[in-house]
Amino acid sequence: MKNRSTTLAADGLTLLAGVMMAVSIYLVFQYVPTERVQGVVQRIFYFHVPAAWSAFTGFFVVAVASAFFLWRGGRRADLVAHAAAEVGLLFCTMVLVTGPMWARPVWGVWWTWDPRLTMTLVLWTIYATYLVLRMVGRDDPLVARYAAVLGIVGAAVIPFIILAVRLWHSIHPAVISAPKGQGGLGDRRMVQTLVFCGLTFLTLFGCLLWRRFRIRQLAEEIADLRDELEKQEGRRAP
Amino acid sequence: MPAQARSRAVSALWVLLRKDLYIEFRTKEALSSLLVLIILIILTFTFALDPAAGRSFAPAILWVTFIFSGLLAVQRAFVIERENGCWHGLLLCPVEPATIYLAKMAGNFLFLAVAQLVLLALLWLFFRLPPARSPATFLAVNFLGIAGFASLSTLFSGISVRMRAREMLLPLLVLPLLVPVVVCAVAATRTLLDPASAEGVANWVRVLIAIDAIYIVAGWAIFDQITQE
Repeated sequence: MKNRSTTLAADGLTLLAGVMMAVSIYLVFQYVPTERVQGVVQRIFYFHVPAAWSAFTGFFVVAVASAFFLWRGGRRADLVAHAAAEVGLLFCTMVLVTGPMWARPVWGVWWTWDPRLTMTLVLWTIYATYLVLRMVGRDDPLVARYAAVLGIVGAAVIPFIILAVRLWHSIHPAVISAPKGQGGLGDRRMVQTLVFCGLTFLTLFGCLLWRRFRIRQLAEEIADLRDELEKQEGRRAP
Repeated sequence: MPAQARSRAVSALWVLLRKDLYIEFRTKEALSSLLVLIILIILTFTFALDPAAGRSFAPAILWVTFIFSGLLAVQRAFVIERENGCWHGLLLCPVEPATIYLAKMAGNFLFLAVAQLVLLALLWLFFRLPPARSPATFLAVNFLGIAGFASLSTLFSGISVRMRAREMLLPLLVLPLLVPVVVCAVAATRTLLDPASAEGVANWVRVLIAIDAIYIVAGWAIFDQITQE
């Protein structure tokens, strides 16, 4: 019974994310006015920034779930951390893909070593490593512990990465140092669209997180059942 | 009680460190291979770069050589414990895992510091660098960079040593989190090697000290988590 209601809630969340995404697309292409200086390309901003919010949420969830797992234990916290890293990395990739698509027409370059870009790239590598560690250690019962250590140390180091990259930037002037979009949200409709898209992406994040978490949980249940079955058959065979 | 516990931990740390130094002194494996590797990496750089241009790349050569040779060297601290069940023997000793971490880190720091001094001498020899503006600060920056690298890589080599693809995994684990050390160490080294510059390196040194502290505290606090089986 409980399973059924959680499935229903998950389906509801997926449906909600779908509807919100459709509305977001309408808002981005129809409702919001075109930005005066950057032109139509600025519309990517309404997906770029919410994707970044979701990515950071994901990395935050990894750190919290990892800490919870190390100090309190429990399979669930570990599964949540793993799922959050996957989904967070997905959104972070989206940020890194949409960024250059926006930068090229506006700044004239695909990439610049602006602190925010550099930091996003470094964050991406931390969580990509996290998933590599999980993959390499798939059969190792200790990998959950190792991944949690990485999740926590990673989160502790992030402020220093930001600090160092800012300091570094101050000696490496960027190609173009115009502030990214955010200064120019003059129109109320722009703010509305951004907030709505932000909520949409967070809903999508929650939905994907839940799905990944459930898939891993079910996979573990299946593995347990299979072990059980093999044990029983082994008992019967001789 | 805390004072007594602390003095016990310090003497345990010294015993563990001395053990590793003895092993190294008798076999001379780690340092000799590390030094040959350093020479080879510098040699590769000299072929790839025009020696005259090498000067401006000196900070980059210094730290890239240090990091990549160091990544291979630090694994050894835990690899030597794998033989004959030494690792389990070590865990059975009445010693906190945090103390084992600090001892391994100190050992790695010493090896890397010796290697770094040789590396610096070779750089000066091969690239005819100008003298550093303030030799004391220059050495301090180097030692802070080594301490950051040693503390972070010791923690993660404790993890990677027990995985299948350990040679591949350690750089992946260490390099992203080492970014603050790389940025600060390279920038400070470059500033100090530039005779025309009058800039200070206080900001870089401050960040280096802070991040070293974070790495060491993290390793010290979390190391017992990765020794549990």
